[in-house]
Amino acid sequence: MSLDLGVIWRNLDFLLVQGFLGFGNFVGGTLRLAIPSIVLGFVLGIFIGLGRLSGRRWIRVPATIYVEFFRGVPLVMVIFWIWFIIPILLKTKIPEFGVALTAFVIFEAAYLGEIVRAGIQSVPRGQVEAATAVGLTPAGTMRHVVLPQALKNMIPSLVTQFIVLFKDTSLASIIGFMDLTKAAQVVNNREIRPFELYLFIAVVYWVCTYSMSRYARSLEKRLGPA
Amino acid sequence: MNYRFDWSVLWTGQSGEWLLSGLITTIQLSVCAWLLAVALGIISGALRTVPYRALRGLATFYVEFFRNVPLLVWMFFWYFAAPPLLPEVMREWLFSHGLEFWAAVCALGVYSGARFSEVLRSGIQSIPRTLLEASVASGLTVPQAYRYVILPIALRLIIPPGTNESLNLLKNSSVALTISVAELTFQTRQIETYTAKAIEALTAGTLIYLALCLSIATVMGWIERRTAIPGLITGGGRRA
Repeated sequence: MSLDLGVIWRNLDFLLVQGFLGFGNFVGGTLRLAIPSIVLGFVLGIFIGLGRLSGRRWIRVPATIYVEFFRGVPLVMVIFWIWFIIPILLKTKIPEFGVALTAFVIFEAAYLGEIVRAGIQSVPRGQVEAATAVGLTPAGTMRHVVLPQALKNMIPSLVTQFIVLFKDTSLASIIGFMDLTKAAQVVNNREIRPFELYLFIAVVYWVCTYSMSRYARSLEKRLGPA
Repeated sequence: MNYRFDWSVLWTGQSGEWLLSGLITTIQLSVCAWLLAVALGIISGALRTVPYRALRGLATFYVEFFRNVPLLVWMFFWYFAAPPLLPEVMREWLFSHGLEFWAAVCALGVYSGARFSEVLRSGIQSIPRTLLEASVASGLTVPQAYRYVILPIALRLIIPPGTNESLNLLKNSSVALTISVAELTFQTRQIETYTAKAIEALTAGTLIYLALCLSIATVMGWIERRTAIPGLITGGGRRA
């Protein structure tokens, strides 16, 4: 078997611009899915995390069930759930991008919620007492005192979770979303060069995730335990 | 919403059979991959902490390369790209013994092994370095010190995060459906294809996964309490 790296060169455009970035004739793109997923997932995750810390049972219990449920189910299952249930609920089909984005936001929010909770719990109790003593409302305390400090503690875990999410977006190719993995599959169907193509996308994923994990590590050192 | 529920699709026809065989395949795949992952994880995790630079570098390369690429890519790699590299005899054997299953075992095992490795490494690093020094000073060689002193302690310490990783492995086995291993998610899809009852089929699959994860977590929690080292692990609570 001889290596033919030309296959990558010939299809580099399609693999990177269409598959990785998401510009082209198909709806797709690893980054185009990963970035909105982490942002929206984090917004939902804040509510889930706050819900788990809530003093009211009727908020805390559903939030806990949400987290435990989604952490006990494979992501592939969640993607299929959304894929089948949205047409039933909305009585209309939505594009793969919408399906994938919904699935990732819902799934990642469970994990991001745990990060938010840990971040909030890492803020010393005295901060809350002091804020209350100077007359802030509980909501004001959360917004102006606790969350800004918690956010700083969360940043390394958030980067790590983004790496996980970034790798997981490859699963969107199962429902036909044209991400980097799907693009390699499409090229491979035409060229039959699995070794070169799959190794190439492995390296692309690796370069992104490895540099992010180095960044997470340096952040951890810099932000450190204050 | 005018979806008509018909739960009987789960016990009429072949659905029950399919779910059961899917469950068995999921367990077989997970167990085989778990054994491979634990073996690779222990070896590479231990090597990452030894005082020999070349061995550390090798283990680091394995961990960083396999952990940072999506499992799905590894599935395709082991299924489509690796077999042509094998000698003729092995390829023949694999093609007649379910290539997709063994490709999935390799992909899942090697990928999870890199993740187990990180867990074990942090376990070893949480043990005071003086323990290794004391073992060597008392006349053990470094391999002996790892075999008899460091690893037995580290393996007990990492039961909670190890359980977590094992559950990840079980859930990740669902990715094997992409190379048509007939595991639980695959069979759930099959029921959906034959009966057009998506919600019922997915509910069944989801509940089986939840039950599996919960029972493993319960058993491991019990083992964790039994093997806790007094003074090193606080309480028996499950750490996420």
